[in-house]
Amino acid sequence: MKFKSLKTMVVSAAVVASVSMAGSAMAKVEGDTITLGSSISLTGKYATNGLHTTRGYDYAIKVINEAGGVKVGGKTYKLAVKYYDDESTPARGAQLAERLIQQDGVEFMLGPYSSGMTKAIAPVSEKFGVPMVEAEGASRSLFTQGYKYLFAVLSTSEQYLSTTIELAAQTTDNPSEIKVAMAFENDPFSLDVREGVVDAAKKYGMKIVIDDKLPADLSDMSATLTKVKALRPDVLIVSGHSKGAATAARQLEEMKVSVPIIGMTHCEAAKIQEKFPKAAQGIMCATQWVEGIPKRDSMFGSASDWNEGFKAEYPSYSSVPYQSAQASAAVLVWKEAFEAANSFDKDAVRDAISAIEMETFYGDIKFSAAGNNIAKPMFMRQIDANGNYNLVVTADDMQFPRKAGY
Amino acid sequence: MLDNLQLLFVWAPVMNVQMILDGVFVGAVFALSAYGLALVWGVMNVKNLAQGDFVIMGGYIAYALFHPLHGMGLPTWVIIPILIVVAMAMMFVFGHIVYQLIIKRVIDQDMFTSLLATFGLSLLMQQVINLIFGPEVQIIDSELPILTAFDSFVTIPTVKIVSLVMAMALAVVVVIFMKTSRTGQAIRATAQDPRAARVLGIDTDRVYAFTFSLNAAICGAAGVLVSMIWVIQPFYGIVYSVRSFCDGGGAGQFAGGDRDGVRPRSY
Repeated sequence: MKFKSLKTMVVSAAVVASVSMAGSAMAKVEGDTITLGSSISLTGKYATNGLHTTRGYDYAIKVINEAGGVKVGGKTYKLAVKYYDDESTPARGAQLAERLIQQDGVEFMLGPYSSGMTKAIAPVSEKFGVPMVEAEGASRSLFTQGYKYLFAVLSTSEQYLSTTIELAAQTTDNPSEIKVAMAFENDPFSLDVREGVVDAAKKYGMKIVIDDKLPADLSDMSATLTKVKALRPDVLIVSGHSKGAATAARQLEEMKVSVPIIGMTHCEAAKIQEKFPKAAQGIMCATQWVEGIPKRDSMFGSASDWNEGFKAEYPSYSSVPYQSAQASAAVLVWKEAFEAANSFDKDAVRDAISAIEMETFYGDIKFSAAGNNIAKPMFMRQIDANGNYNLVVTADDMQFPRKAGY
Repeated sequence: MLDNLQLLFVWAPVMNVQMILDGVFVGAVFALSAYGLALVWGVMNVKNLAQGDFVIMGGYIAYALFHPLHGMGLPTWVIIPILIVVAMAMMFVFGHIVYQLIIKRVIDQDMFTSLLATFGLSLLMQQVINLIFGPEVQIIDSELPILTAFDSFVTIPTVKIVSLVMAMALAVVVVIFMKTSRTGQAIRATAQDPRAARVLGIDTDRVYAFTFSLNAAICGAAGVLVSMIWVIQPFYGIVYSVRSFCDGGGAGQFAGGDRDGVRPRSY
């Protein structure tokens, strides 16, 4: 019996050792392939945007590989990504990030979707000194932790809807008379968006008449909208990822809510212009990127070139969500960093990322010491009667007051 | 909170009308799935954690069929009953298959076995729906008019009224079925005492299979209404599962209270 258990222990130890050795030898840079790792939401409440993100990653990798790949040390490498589904659960995301690094030997990571997931994964990549270029975690709280290996290509979330307040202030001589109603999901991203809006409203002395947290399942916000009808605010701000945008659009129409300015996040990702064309009319949507910006790079061409190429690859999109564009930009950062470092040493590549200063189809990219992109502004667009998104720079560019189609 | 109360009772008391109406509409749909859950819980002692996913699956059946039917030129008020009947039929068959494959094996097991089995079923259904339809939030736009009252302060989408009527009609049919039909009586007898029911010649296995299938069909109907009123997504099922559990206790009495035995057993 003793002999048998000893034998079992030896076999188990041998299996564990061989698995861990095989694991450490796998992935990262093998042959002519550089494997990036990403724990991403393919299921769960962030699945919609997880899909947009993986498509952005995949499209960029396809274009870069077709253009010859990445040149390091005189040799050409192809890019690939190893995905795991984090089920939109932070704890699972952290587990999978550890698995990518420890078992699969991944040394270069692409980010997950959402600030909450990034918040869970960043400590793991930081612990192992693995650089992570992320494209979907905008919460500013990510960049106050002193992380050295976290880089984000997107603007931080407090900038998302503060522009709506700025635009509202431009519509009157006395901005302090403006009444603001707000409804936010209770997650790091949306609460950061809220902070930005509150700061902007305070700056103009505006009165916040509704400050609601959306219900956790985001399937019903009729109570908030009933209050909106009673208090008649001048500005309504909603942020709750794709689910929040879809629910808000559906119920705005059902309840015939009329507010002069409505600002929202994730309009494109929820495709509100297609699914709720009447309600979507006149809604102001925060976006990290627009296809009309005069920016370009040598890999994807101009912003509109990337847009056309992406639509050709995924024809189901009538309007491409910015989540996909920034995901592609993150992959481009990796290419530039590898080539600038001319090495696969993690720290050398990390230093190369932090020194990056470049123009891309997505906008300018330059990282602060905290890791966020400080070279790119946020944009605001308004949906017109035909479902098109039109760039709004000043109040003169927007339809005011909003004329809904219901 | 005080602001909200002030708003309700002082500034805009008419808001109460909207709130009550919303509550009735929401409650009617939740009551349907809760009733199905109470049925399965009470009769079979199975806590179905996949209840909400049955609802979502019904919603996706409606989503898949609505546009082809709409394209044939059928008006919405004709399409909705068709969708309910088709979704109920499809979900009944699906429920029967699930019963034979999974539920049958956990009925006599302890509570955690049925919880684990139905939790696994829930995950499987979510992933399959995700694979087929994708993770995007979907809706059905019934294009029915929206009624207004009190100077447009209160709005009532016609589709919600239709849903309420459908939910009530369905509930009445189920209650009558449970009280008057032989199968309904067999279900109630089995719920009261399965052993005695078997002694008296009731094939309890068939009763269980029928009960679970009926629950799936009821959820299918609720799903059709959900897709018309709110939004559906493969992973929204948990919301309806939780609410069904919350409402289940009351819904169990719907068919006649303790006497009939069709209510969740307490532990």
